[in-house]
Amino acid sequence: MADLVQHNITGGHPGETRRDFLILTATAIGAVGVAATIWPFIDSLNPARDTLALSTTELDLAPVQLGQRLTVAWRGKPIFIDHRTPEEIKAAEDVNLSDLRDPQPDSARVKKTEWLVIIGVCTHLGCIPLGQKTGDDRGPYGGWFCPCHGSIYDTSGRIRQGPAPANLVVPPYEFTGDTTIKIG
Amino acid sequence: MAQTRPGAGGRIIKWIDYRLPFVGMLQHELYEYPTPRNLSYWWNFGSLSGIMLVVMIVTGVFLAMQYTPHADYAFDSVERIMRDVDYGWMLRYAHMNGASMFFALVYIHLFRGLYYGSYKQPRELLWILGVIILILMIMTAFMGYVLPWGQMSYWAATVITNLFSAIPVIGQGIVTFLWGGFTVGNPTLNRFYALHYLLPFIILAVVLLHLIALHRFGSNNPLGIDMRGPQDTLPFHPYFTIKDLFGLAVFLLIYSYFIFYAPNFLGNADNYIPANPMQTPNHIVPEWYLLPYYAILRSVPNKLLGVILAFGSIFLLFIVPWLDTSPVRSARFRPVYKWVFWLLVIDVAALGWVGANPPEGLVVTVGQIATLYYFVHFLILFPLIGKLERPRPLPASIATAVLQSGGEARLRGTGAPMAKS
Repeated sequence: MADLVQHNITGGHPGETRRDFLILTATAIGAVGVAATIWPFIDSLNPARDTLALSTTELDLAPVQLGQRLTVAWRGKPIFIDHRTPEEIKAAEDVNLSDLRDPQPDSARVKKTEWLVIIGVCTHLGCIPLGQKTGDDRGPYGGWFCPCHGSIYDTSGRIRQGPAPANLVVPPYEFTGDTTIKIG
Repeated sequence: MAQTRPGAGGRIIKWIDYRLPFVGMLQHELYEYPTPRNLSYWWNFGSLSGIMLVVMIVTGVFLAMQYTPHADYAFDSVERIMRDVDYGWMLRYAHMNGASMFFALVYIHLFRGLYYGSYKQPRELLWILGVIILILMIMTAFMGYVLPWGQMSYWAATVITNLFSAIPVIGQGIVTFLWGGFTVGNPTLNRFYALHYLLPFIILAVVLLHLIALHRFGSNNPLGIDMRGPQDTLPFHPYFTIKDLFGLAVFLLIYSYFIFYAPNFLGNADNYIPANPMQTPNHIVPEWYLLPYYAILRSVPNKLLGVILAFGSIFLLFIVPWLDTSPVRSARFRPVYKWVFWLLVIDVAALGWVGANPPEGLVVTVGQIATLYYFVHFLILFPLIGKLERPRPLPASIATAVLQSGGEARLRGTGAPMAKS
């Protein structure tokens, strides 16, 4: 009993002792220490600096004919570049936005209407849709068709049918000249 | 039984055992260990799985001595193992088909547990440890499949890691983190290799816990009633060591058939094409042992929900001991469950068929019905049947049941087989 009374005098509230405070602070400091030790291990798994350094791709679009599609690699992923015909542009622009699963006007997806630049990775589970080569199945909307699970994209790379939740992603890019672009 | 013989060897063992009580523990757990006398061959699959784990670790360690975990060299190093390394083809085929065999054994073991109620009180943790082993096996098998860096390796890695992109907001960040880059690439291959080497040893540790939990109350048995004394049991050795060894011989025949006569039957020819990040194969399928989960994933038209249900189908197994409300363990005495169990077997087989075929027409319909049934089976039928069903009367003890089926006259001989040992 004498011990308890003495501890209560040193602590603020009844029932709390200096030992409680010591345990709490020691545990908290310990937890911070453990977290700080674990972090370098976790962070080491993030993309390394040399991987990040490969992050821009530049190219000249002049040789790409009207109606031709070109695939280039950026960050190891295929980038689909489509020199769209006026009919394809019209088809992409005339779509009623309420028909779309991931509504986005065509104008928000291009910098110059005849050039569509998108990441050619299906937003479902990461397969590469067909439609880049002549003779490929482009699906009923004339865009791209993913053979893995049957997602269908239109001429603006927007999802129209199938399990994919979102449109093909537009990468960050800019026109550095009339026909030259820098992706990334 | 088995007393240490006097002599130099015996004295050394005694000296060690006094300081490190290991030999005595083995003697107790593998030799005298009282085992229900009525175990059928369905009880072979646990020990067979354990042996298969050892085979996988041994073949894997030797393959690792020849394999190069680099995106540019991995495919060629596997081909070198197949063509240039002495017996490399055998090690690789044994490892490759070994994964299939391991899953086949574990799935039979799991269904055995479901049929005979081996997960019920007091063996809930034993069951849960088993489910943890299954999950670790799936992770290990998936990462191992990526290592040869063929087309299927590459795209399996892409599709499976992309499952995490279904998580709202942070999903894409998690996927980049898993890859260590912006696509599946060399960093991904390296970490998968490291983990593929690590996880089997973690499985080994969990298997040890599984065995400790098993030996706490002993094996369940086809009658599902507790052992009540020496008349219900036989010592593990020699009765069940010999039974397990016979099963092992039969199993090795089947395993060897695959290694030597049909080594690529269970694989996918596309994986002999080197990985090409710019071209997806037209028809992606996982290995057969993952097809049912894949079928569930595809059967749900919503990406996030599909991922949740595919993972949920495994995690559901954790709560099976509490979903089944029946006090009777063995399906032998459960007139309704006995049949419903087979519906689950058919359902999982149907999901496997759905997963193997392109999602068109009938395949989609069957997939959706089978997915629905899988969850209905565990979440609705399990609790309901346990409550409504009238179980048949249980025998008084294992001994009476066993000896009755062998003829009334032998009833008097209760406990007699023990005298032989």
